[in-house]
Amino acid sequence: MNKPADLKGLILDPVTNDQRYIGNSEPRHRARRLLEGQGTYVDDIQLPRMGHVVYWRSPVAHMKIGKIHTEHALGMPGVLAVVDGVQMATICKPWVATLEHLVGMKSAPQYALAIDRACWQGEPVVAVVAETRAQAEDALQHIEVEWEELPAVVSMETALDADTPLIHPELGDNLCFTRTLDVGSVDEVFASADIVAEATFGFGRHTGVTLEPRCQIADYNPGDRRLVVYHSQQAPHMMQDLYCRQFGLSESDVQVICKDVGGSFGIKVHAYPDDFATVGLAMMLGRPVKFVADRLESFTSDIHAREHRIKGRIAANKDGDILAFEIDDLTAIGPYSMFPRTSAIEGNQVVNLVGGPYKHQHYRAKLNVVFQNKTPTCQYRGVGHPIACAVTEGLVDLAAQKLKMDPLEFRKRNVIPDDAYPCSGISGIKLEVLSHEQCLRTIEKMIDYPALRKEQTELRKKGIYRGIGFATLIELTNPSPAFYGVGGARIASQDGATARLDPSGVVSVLIGVGEQGQGTEGIYAQIAADAVGISIKDVRIITGDTDVTPYGGGTWASRGAGVGGEAVLLACQALQQNILKLAGAILNKPPESLSVYRGNVLDKASGETLLPFGEIGRIGYFRTDTLPIGFSADLMVTRHYTQKEYPFIFTNGVQASYVEVDPDTGFVKLLKHWAVEDCGRVLNPMLVDEQVRGAIVQGIGGVLFEECLYDESGLLRNGSMADYLVPMANEMPDIEVAHVQTPTQSSKLGAKGAGEAGTAGAPGAVQNAINDALAPFNVAVFDQPITCEKILKALGKI
Amino acid sequence: MTIKKKITLTVNGASITAEVEPRQHLVDFLREDLFLKGPHLGCEHGACGACTVKVDGQIIRGCLFLAVQADGSVVETIEGLTKSGALADLQESFMRHNAMQCGFCSSGMLLAAAELIEKQPTSTREEVREWISGNYCRCTGYHSIVSAIMDVLEARLKGEKIKPVVAHA
Ligand code: FES
Ligand code: FES
Repeated sequence: MNKPADLKGLILDPVTNDQRYIGNSEPRHRARRLLEGQGTYVDDIQLPRMGHVVYWRSPVAHMKIGKIHTEHALGMPGVLAVVDGVQMATICKPWVATLEHLVGMKSAPQYALAIDRACWQGEPVVAVVAETRAQAEDALQHIEVEWEELPAVVSMETALDADTPLIHPELGDNLCFTRTLDVGSVDEVFASADIVAEATFGFGRHTGVTLEPRCQIADYNPGDRRLVVYHSQQAPHMMQDLYCRQFGLSESDVQVICKDVGGSFGIKVHAYPDDFATVGLAMMLGRPVKFVADRLESFTSDIHAREHRIKGRIAANKDGDILAFEIDDLTAIGPYSMFPRTSAIEGNQVVNLVGGPYKHQHYRAKLNVVFQNKTPTCQYRGVGHPIACAVTEGLVDLAAQKLKMDPLEFRKRNVIPDDAYPCSGISGIKLEVLSHEQCLRTIEKMIDYPALRKEQTELRKKGIYRGIGFATLIELTNPSPAFYGVGGARIASQDGATARLDPSGVVSVLIGVGEQGQGTEGIYAQIAADAVGISIKDVRIITGDTDVTPYGGGTWASRGAGVGGEAVLLACQALQQNILKLAGAILNKPPESLSVYRGNVLDKASGETLLPFGEIGRIGYFRTDTLPIGFSADLMVTRHYTQKEYPFIFTNGVQASYVEVDPDTGFVKLLKHWAVEDCGRVLNPMLVDEQVRGAIVQGIGGVLFEECLYDESGLLRNGSMADYLVPMANEMPDIEVAHVQTPTQSSKLGAKGAGEAGTAGAPGAVQNAINDALAPFNVAVFDQPITCEKILKALGKI
Repeated sequence: MTIKKKITLTVNGASITAEVEPRQHLVDFLREDLFLKGPHLGCEHGACGACTVKVDGQIIRGCLFLAVQADGSVVETIEGLTKSGALADLQESFMRHNAMQCGFCSSGMLLAAAELIEKQPTSTREEVREWISGNYCRCTGYHSIVSAIMDVLEARLKGEKIKPVVAHA
């Protein structure tokens, strides 16, 4: 296990006066029960009188819904209800998922269950509820829907053509959102540059494949008109708000509970039609209803992401300075923008981020986000970053190659220098403080670059083709209200934490950000222990229940540590102050003369132990009669934190990948992967390493294996885990991680997010490594996933 | 579909008699009828390993195995194997390496790892990777899982135990 001392040269000033846990690889003690089969995921919860819902989903990409015959299904054993879109719409309002600050963005009203038309294969149309899941599935076979297939918009390339049918005629075209960004003089710079390199980059649609499928139990009690939803979700308060709005309830009528969540990655941060339908059914039936997607449903109804085609070019001068980037991004999002975050964000990020690490001064970008009849896409881990990074870094390598410069040297020359911050990136993004130069120096040493190049050259002589690829990246984390709030989406960017000294001396912390495996609760316990001044075993973290935790945004945009962690720090430091005040009142001493040390109050001057926390709790709760009149023992405090200084706090890092490509088979073997990341203050090196590694492997999935494949009629061809390839242990390399720590000044803790940068950088690094291996053949592949077939095609072998 | 068949089996040491539909999978029986929470359902068609349990000493995929097939068998799940201490070293090592994030894969992963330790006690890192390749983990990136298993293998070869992870005071 890493101790801070292992992070050589990286020791930061402590945040608290007796810092023992922050910065250490403290194990996640609450995770033990997961290893003992004692987690409680939604499907583990059984409620009395609970019904089970299954959905009849559109079997085709686009269809007109005719008469729905339900009589036979209704008569099947155990069936409690069969509900269609018209019935559902009587209690659940439709929604339109747009954001005001994405000017001109449009989408059509969407219903919990489709009415009249279904617009993608997998859209829920009819709900069947029965006493058991098996009975519901049996009855599902007897649902008969008269339907007529409508022409489907499948290819994004032709979605805007005049003769392509309109998915929503009332919108006037199939364009959801368009944006151009032009800082000026781009044409002139390209015309006069010494070299220009260009390529077209393709990105296959992929999806998150959380191991636990999406699931929920909605329980409506007609007696007190309260709705409780057990949900496998990342943003409980957001869902609470949406249920209120769609069903006409108020916050206090709705409780969302998230216990253990079996993977999320952005898949579980959206509101799905079947989420609303399940709640609607519970309200209609006045009894709990459980929905658990089966894997086939997951593939067609979980959000997809990242279907883009980007033409990009780069200009540089012969000294090796990057002068300009230009991109044209076409992306498709399915038939509706996803609620409430919207599906235009991904493309918007690509525009914001391309060229981001570099100090060039000219940039032009064009984005078209179009509708199509496939599963809706939205934010999946990294959101736009893997695309922007692969395009930028692919172009950077092409430019370096043309200039005959070493790709690492070329990057070192062009990154925004470490002493240039704060500054703005060329797209207008505000950058507080980054460490590209230091990260590049670190990775060079870490991979022993000269030795690796030498090995590559020698093996090449023997007909073994290895490649080294780099990807420098920036990643937005710790978002401010500029992300959603200003656009009208009611997603909290602030988070609150409540810290309570319990009578026994244990500290309970309630916080709006929950745990989906990242180790959030673990770092909160570390922060709380240090901030109050107690042992970590005396800290309890309570998350995932909107009835008890302070209002907050939950998990997205890598905000758990930087935003949630800061709230915990502030609340726990305030609690320590209150403990000292109470101790002062008990001991009749000025609080300033006292301090806290490991669960005890001490006399500051002599170091003498005066009161253990258990005694403070006893008096503070049970013997307030002994305290001065008018003294209030406030042993529970709440503090909120919003990052307001920047739209986001950017992190940065660099990854390197070492691969071997077999030119006869097109097979790519990953030999090793390295990452240097800078997430500001590292709260727990082991957890950051694991976030980085897990994220890298998801990024590798995107560049090498994963793709939701559709046929010409818009049917998903690989909707099972056996057909949709994800990385398995055997194909994955060992991944070495190093840290650079450049804390953000926007918080006391100084932590930036760490959850997504791995996914952002890996596709670019692996793509560049493959192309480096293919360089002797003068070919390159920029179409992800980079399959054997694509490599062999590039080599002219098939 | 109401034809039921009576089965008798031992689950985590307890003898169970139950009536099940012939089509019910073992993992559904364990979860829905016996309320066990350890074996999970990830894919329901044998691809992910989340549903791994032991039947008569061998690991199987509970989603591909019918409850009626388990008639007369000894079934062990993560719950029982935790109680007996059979997985203790692996569980400690997984804690130490943070070899679980969401934990949804962990029951299956631990059972697969335990079988590896029994059958291939001298495995290399690559062999460990190969062995656990039938078990899908979407969170960890596998590196920490491989490291955790390697530590147990090395400790076993030296005749040592993995020290429990405790919260320091
Ligand atoms: S649920 Fe059985 S292998 Fe996936
Ligand atoms: S820890 Fe989440 S799937 Fe393995």
